[in-house]
Amino acid sequence: MFLSHLPRSVLALLALAWASVLVLPWYWLSSFDATSLNGSLAAFWLVAHGKSVWLAGLLLPLFTLSLVLLPRLSQRQIAWLLSLGGLLALVMLLGQGFAIGLRGWDWPWVGQIVGTQVFGAIPIQQGLGFGGYAYLLAALMLMSQGLARFGLCRGDAFIVSSITLSFGLITLFVFFPVSRVLIQSVLVPDGPGGGTTWAFAAALHKLDDPSIWGLACLSSTRNCGVVWNTLFLGVVVGAGSTLLGLAFALIAGRSQWPFKPVIRLLSVLPIITPPFVIGLALILLFGRSGFFTGLLSEWFDIPRSRWIYGIYGVTLAQLLAFTPIAFMILLGVVQGISPSMEEAAQTLRADRWTTFRTITLPLLRPGLANAFLVGFVESLADFGNPLVLGGNFDVLSTKIFFAVVGSAVDESRAALLALILLVMTLAAFWVQNVWIGKKNYTTLTGKGDSGLAAILPAGVSWSCALFVIPWSLFMLCVYGIIVVGGFVVSLGRDYTPTLKHFETAFKITPSDFGMQFSGSAWNSFFATLEVAAISTPFTAALGLLIGYLLSRQKFSGKSVFEFCTMLSFAIPGTVIGVSYILAFNVPPFEMTGTGMILVICFVFRNIPVGIRATMATLSQVDPSLDEASLTLGASSLTTLRRVILPLLRPAIITALVYSFVRTMTSVSAIIFLVSAKYNMATTYIVGRVEAGEYGVAIAYSCVLIALMLAMIILIQLFVGDRALGRRKAS
Amino acid sequence: MRQAFKYFGTVAGFVMGLAAVSSPASAQQSLTLICSVQEEWCRPMAEQFEKETGIKVLMTRKSTGETYAQLKAEASNPKVDIWWGGTGDTHLQAAEDGLTEAYESPMLPQMHDWSAKIWKQSNGRTIGIYSGALGFGYNTKMLAQKNTPEPRCWADLINPKFRDEVQVADPNSSGTAYTLIATMVQMMGEDKAFDYMKALHKNINQYTKSGAAPSKATSLGETTIGIGFLHDYVATAVEGAPVKIVAPCEGTGYEIGSMSIVKGAKNLDAAKKWYDWALTPKAQSLAAPAKSYQIQSNKATPVPAQAPKMEEMKLIDFDFAKYGSSAERKRLLARWDAEVRNAAK
Repeated sequence: MFLSHLPRSVLALLALAWASVLVLPWYWLSSFDATSLNGSLAAFWLVAHGKSVWLAGLLLPLFTLSLVLLPRLSQRQIAWLLSLGGLLALVMLLGQGFAIGLRGWDWPWVGQIVGTQVFGAIPIQQGLGFGGYAYLLAALMLMSQGLARFGLCRGDAFIVSSITLSFGLITLFVFFPVSRVLIQSVLVPDGPGGGTTWAFAAALHKLDDPSIWGLACLSSTRNCGVVWNTLFLGVVVGAGSTLLGLAFALIAGRSQWPFKPVIRLLSVLPIITPPFVIGLALILLFGRSGFFTGLLSEWFDIPRSRWIYGIYGVTLAQLLAFTPIAFMILLGVVQGISPSMEEAAQTLRADRWTTFRTITLPLLRPGLANAFLVGFVESLADFGNPLVLGGNFDVLSTKIFFAVVGSAVDESRAALLALILLVMTLAAFWVQNVWIGKKNYTTLTGKGDSGLAAILPAGVSWSCALFVIPWSLFMLCVYGIIVVGGFVVSLGRDYTPTLKHFETAFKITPSDFGMQFSGSAWNSFFATLEVAAISTPFTAALGLLIGYLLSRQKFSGKSVFEFCTMLSFAIPGTVIGVSYILAFNVPPFEMTGTGMILVICFVFRNIPVGIRATMATLSQVDPSLDEASLTLGASSLTTLRRVILPLLRPAIITALVYSFVRTMTSVSAIIFLVSAKYNMATTYIVGRVEAGEYGVAIAYSCVLIALMLAMIILIQLFVGDRALGRRKAS
Repeated sequence: MRQAFKYFGTVAGFVMGLAAVSSPASAQQSLTLICSVQEEWCRPMAEQFEKETGIKVLMTRKSTGETYAQLKAEASNPKVDIWWGGTGDTHLQAAEDGLTEAYESPMLPQMHDWSAKIWKQSNGRTIGIYSGALGFGYNTKMLAQKNTPEPRCWADLINPKFRDEVQVADPNSSGTAYTLIATMVQMMGEDKAFDYMKALHKNINQYTKSGAAPSKATSLGETTIGIGFLHDYVATAVEGAPVKIVAPCEGTGYEIGSMSIVKGAKNLDAAKKWYDWALTPKAQSLAAPAKSYQIQSNKATPVPAQAPKMEEMKLIDFDFAKYGSSAERKRLLARWDAEVRNAAK
């Protein structure tokens, strides 16, 4: 048959590439030029009308690529045509995109070579539209097809495409914006006229500051440098949340307690709580006029104090907030440990404790390391809790926030502090890798696996209970006061029951045109739902794919790639927010003010958890399972879908839940990115908290919590548990 | 390979799906507004303007610092048309950086002097829309327990009886607290002002990040005394908190909330319409029902009964040009960090 030498995927991609220049609108339609002709035309027609003539250069690589349609080409020739054509297309697109901006040449040196005017006019262009993005995608994918034909990744086009696609996305949406903001840390403006100079010396001088590195707290009552504060807090919270998460995971995964579902529910509550609310609840419970403080002072004459404002309060709030993530990561790992090993140990006469100590605990190591890493990094990046409860205790994230938005604005200082934070994260990452080492943690193999999970030794069980019970009670108090707060006039002052907060936020008035959502929260509520619904599946899919690539495929640049995926997670949200404006407010990738930038920001901020969960779970799965599937002739995509994915269910749930919940609860990154049309629930809540309207803020939070809870249950039902073929104890 | 085809189909489908959220704004005349006062006040303003002019208002509420950071990052391709509300010295900073546009409104003659003054200082780039005096509030319940006389003056706050009972924001993060430093320096002279703040430091229980936080802490009884803008304390008192407002006897400084048109605004005509409209008494009288008790800039706007009476206070002649400049601000903050923040208690 004609063209039968080419797979359909290549044909489809070629069709997409041609459609991108012939049919799809090349430029972005923004509000101010919707009426002009430029906005809606495809690149080819723009050139034909004598506009944006440089776009003609984009056709050249397409002709090169289309040469593969010729009959009687060798595979080698096709490979060369696809790889070079794809590469050329990428270079052309990015080159013209970055060289020509809104107001003429962005790269003046190009203008000096070819002349400042092109066909009698200064060249200007807007950001890319659908045509531009389709062209980019097609070029990248066709290049991958070519590279696969050279035998890269055993010639598996799916794997090569996945790697280049992930690489491209991470470069565009993580590396590119982050590098923009880091470059700014050593660039100083020459004055209002524009132009910048490099100033490394000034940057170094800014780093030499006792408020960053000082160790005065060791010898006096003064505060230590902010780096030591952050580091100390991160280690305490990382270790604490891992321990608590482990206790919860062991109880939920291995014990026979009757009330396990309650524990599971309780353990996820904090992760679905909007920011500021936990801090606020802690103040109302333990502040100087707090509920418990009052009881203690009346009953035991313990003087009222402000211990909650400072490191204790922040630690407590962060433990509350981040233990659930550790729990979710560890639960997957605990459930994945094969009972046969533990049974083998017991057959060899090891008692329960020895089995736990020598088999179970060592197998938990990757899980523990990942949980600690995530807890540590989360603590470093958290800014809501230190803001509310920090008192005089400063951490890097708040310092960075106020260096960007405070009354003494200093972006280069913010970027430098962000750099320090990044180095700390990098170090944690490295330590984790060293600690896990090269040991083998595989416990899920294709072999019969019908052992019974070992029962926890009594000692371990009781010590877990020692953590789990008080912590659960504590959380009940915190959430009790949150629920009460939504239904009383003013928390901490006037406890008359009322529904007026819900009315303000979520009023629905019937009108002639049907129901009218007149409450002030509806807009942000719907926008948040929309953004969360779109970003969640993306985040999970991309996270799983990247996690799979990182733990199962070998390719060069893997460690750099792995590090880049952690970047957006490690950098404080405020810096990410500013970097996104710097990178995506101007062509070629112009998307500020749209809902898309929010979706993208969330996807790339939340994928690390999906990646880490996938990697932790996959480290337990014997690669011979995939190999068996591949040997039997299944493609790598089929293997991923039929073998790996079902075993990854806990990781899928973690990734879906985490990204959905994060979209509804994070603040700092998106505070610069929200627009009138796409305002988010959290920014609305923060505004209410700032205005002191705790009632409305808490009422809104209650609604969000209920919604997220319903969503988690839905996800759990939809994805389901993995069937590991284990017996139940009779 | 069929799977591969399906896979690429899915990817393409997702990309198309994204189109849904990234739909461009409509072509109808519109105005992109950033509002830096409380949401409760922003909303009726936007709605009323829409009703009167038919111009669609795309309103976002952001704090002053956040707005300034955003305008700066967006300078090469501004997305905002007008910035309404928020501390004047941040607006002055934006004017200094050339981020905003000069405009002379026909409403100018109706403004109070302080409003026109900041307009002149900024070469017409920003205008005062409201002002609020600095002072403090105390929790009457907590004070009764302490058994101390009511504080009336700045000098009363350094009374050792109030040890660990006063709260104020950190001037590095809050414009409110910086206004306090600038006020003290102008009232007492720089060295005496720093002596005062060092003495005050002994009584401070916490330097909060946000300028309005001490008013909430005072209303909840987390601190006995909070320093800040008086209208914040009035708002808590109106809601029923046991808070009493004090305009200090020695005199005090004040803030001016401002409004600026963004340079390169895409909807300049609509921005000018908003500018003129927002200065009318009718628009300004929307503040009080939204529990915002600042004094409005139009002389004809009625003053709400609950508002602190500016004419009964001793207001200093605040030099916004000097104390709003980046250089002076950096110098004073550095001195405050070195001498006050880390001083022993």
